[in-house]
Amino acid sequence: MTDAAALPRSPGGRAWFRLRRNPSAMAAMTVLGLIVVLCVAGPWVIPHSYDAVAWDSILTGPDWASGHWFGTDPNGRDLLARTLVGGRISLLVGLIASLVALVIGVSWGAVAGYVGGRVDGLMMRVVDILYALPFMFFVILLMVYFGRNIVLIFVAIGAVEWLTMARIVRGQTLSLKRREFIEAARAIGVPGLTIVRRHIVPNVLGPVIVFLTLTIPEVMLIESFISFLGLGVQEPMTSWGVLISEGAQNIEEAPWLLLLPGTFLALTLLCLNLLGDALRDALDPRDGR
Amino acid sequence: MFRYAVARLLGAIPTLFALVTIAFFLVRLAPGGPFDEERQLPPEIEANLRRAYNLDAPLSAQYLRYLGDLARGDLGPSFKYKDYRVAELIATGLPVTARIGLSALVVAVVIGVACGAVAALRRNSWVDRLVMTLAMTGIAIPNFVVAPALTLLLGVYLRILPVGGWGDGAVRYLILPVVALALPKIAYVARLTRGSLAEVLGSPYIRTARAKGLRNGTILARHAARAALLPVVSYLGPTAAALLTGSVVIEQIFGIPGLGRYFVQGALNRDYTLVLGIVLFYGTLIILLNLLADLAYGWLDPRVRYD
Repeated sequence: MTDAAALPRSPGGRAWFRLRRNPSAMAAMTVLGLIVVLCVAGPWVIPHSYDAVAWDSILTGPDWASGHWFGTDPNGRDLLARTLVGGRISLLVGLIASLVALVIGVSWGAVAGYVGGRVDGLMMRVVDILYALPFMFFVILLMVYFGRNIVLIFVAIGAVEWLTMARIVRGQTLSLKRREFIEAARAIGVPGLTIVRRHIVPNVLGPVIVFLTLTIPEVMLIESFISFLGLGVQEPMTSWGVLISEGAQNIEEAPWLLLLPGTFLALTLLCLNLLGDALRDALDPRDGR
Repeated sequence: MFRYAVARLLGAIPTLFALVTIAFFLVRLAPGGPFDEERQLPPEIEANLRRAYNLDAPLSAQYLRYLGDLARGDLGPSFKYKDYRVAELIATGLPVTARIGLSALVVAVVIGVACGAVAALRRNSWVDRLVMTLAMTGIAIPNFVVAPALTLLLGVYLRILPVGGWGDGAVRYLILPVVALALPKIAYVARLTRGSLAEVLGSPYIRTARAKGLRNGTILARHAARAALLPVVSYLGPTAAALLTGSVVIEQIFGIPGLGRYFVQGALNRDYTLVLGIVLFYGTLIILLNLLADLAYGWLDPRVRYD
C-alpha cells in the first residue's frame, strides 16, 4: 500500500476504499446501476406498454423509425418495454428471495453457533440433510402444483438458498462467541437473543454481504430457469427467463427476441458476480492490495 | 478408509429418508390429481382407478405402503404411461441423460483444467486475462441462453449440426447439448484450477524441486498437478449434480428423450409415482456422487485421515 495515510480507519471505510480502486468493480457497479435505473424508470418513459398489442407490427425487427427499438414479439408487443418490465420482476425476485434466504440463514446460523452443544449439532444436521436434497426439483414441483404465483417463487427460492448462509454465519459466530465483548455482555446479564441480535449479527455482516451479492445472481438464474420451463412468471407479466424462453422458440425468424433479453440477463449476472468477487477481495484484510 | 465409506453411507440414510418423506408429501398434498382430464370421468370409473392405484387409502397408509414398496426396490406403476413401471421409464431415460451428462463432465474437466493451467502458468499475461474474462462470462451466461444461440449459429446459419432431436445418440446430435451443458462448468473448473495451481506453484516444495534442477514439465506433472487438482476433485460431486439438474433444461430445449424430460412432463401431468421415482433416483445419485468425490479427495490428499 503506497498511500497508507489516505486509508480510512474503519473496516467498512477501508473496504469501500479498496473497492473504489478496483476498476472492474466500479465498471460492474456502473453497468448494474444503469440496468436498474432503466428497468425501474424505463417503462414509464418509453412510448409503448409491455402488454399493448400492435396489430400492424407483429414480429418486426429492431427499428428506430417505428419506435420499437428492440422490435416486437409474435403478439406484436414492444420488446423493449417487455425487457424492462421483465427486468423489474427478475431483479425483484433476485433481491427479495435473497433477503428471505438472508433472514432465515443468518438467524439459523447465529442461533446454532451461539447456543452450541446439542442444539447446534441438531440444527446443523438439519442443514446437512437439506443440503443433499435435489432442491431444484422441489422448486419445480412447488411451482407446478401450487399455482405459478410470484410470492411462492420468492419463498421457494429463498427456502433453498439459506443453507450456505447458515453455515457461513455459524462458523463466524463460533469464533465470535469466545471474544471478550460477548463475554462482557453475558457477564452483565444481557439475554441470549439480545446478544445474538445486537452483537453477533452485526459482526458477521461482512461475509454475509459478500455472500448476498453472489446469491442474487444465483437466485435470478433459478428464477429464469423455472420461467424458462414455463413454470414461473405467467403471461402477460413477464421476466427475463420468460422472454428468453419465447426467444428460444422463435429463434429462426426472430433472433433478437433471444439475444436482447439474454444480453440483459447475462450482463446483470456478470456484473453481480464481478461485484461479489471484488467485495470479497475488499473485505478480506489478509489481502494486502 | 473403508470404515469411513461405510460410516458415510450409513449417514446418508436419514438424508434419504428426509428426501422420500418431503418428496412424497409435496407431491401428494398438491391440489389436482392424475385423473383430472378435460373429459370428466364417471365417478364409478374414477373410484375404481383410485382403488387400483391405491389412492383411496388414507395418506399415511399410502406413505407407509410406498416406503414398503421402496424397500423392495419397487417404484410403482406410472399413472400416465400406462403399462409402464416407473423403474422401466427411468431405465429408458437414464442411458440418454447419462451419456450427455458424462460427456459434459469429461469435456468440462479436460478443457477447464487445461485452460486454467495455461492461465496459471502465464499469470497476468494476455492469455491469462483472456481465459479469466471468458470464464467469468461463461459462468454468467445461463445455458438456456447459450443453447439456443449455439443452435442458431451452428444449426440454422451454418447448417453444420442438427438443431435438435436425439437421432439414436449419433455424435452429431450430441455435440450441441453437451457443449451447452458443459460451458458454465468449463468456466468454473478453469477458475478453480488457475487459483489452486497458482497457489501451489508459489509454495516452498515447488521451489525446492526447482532448486534441485528439475525440468518445468516434471515439476508440473510429478509435484504440482496432484496438489493443484484437489479443489477440482472436490468440486466434481457438486458438478455432476449440477449437470444432472442442468440437463432438465437442455433436454427440453433439444427435445432429448432423457430423465429430465420425463420429470418435467411427469410434474405437469401429475404423474405422482414417476415424479417421485425420478426425484428419489436423482437424490440418491447426488448423495453417492458426493461420497465418491470425498473418497477420491482422501485418496489424493495424504493429509486427510479418517478416524
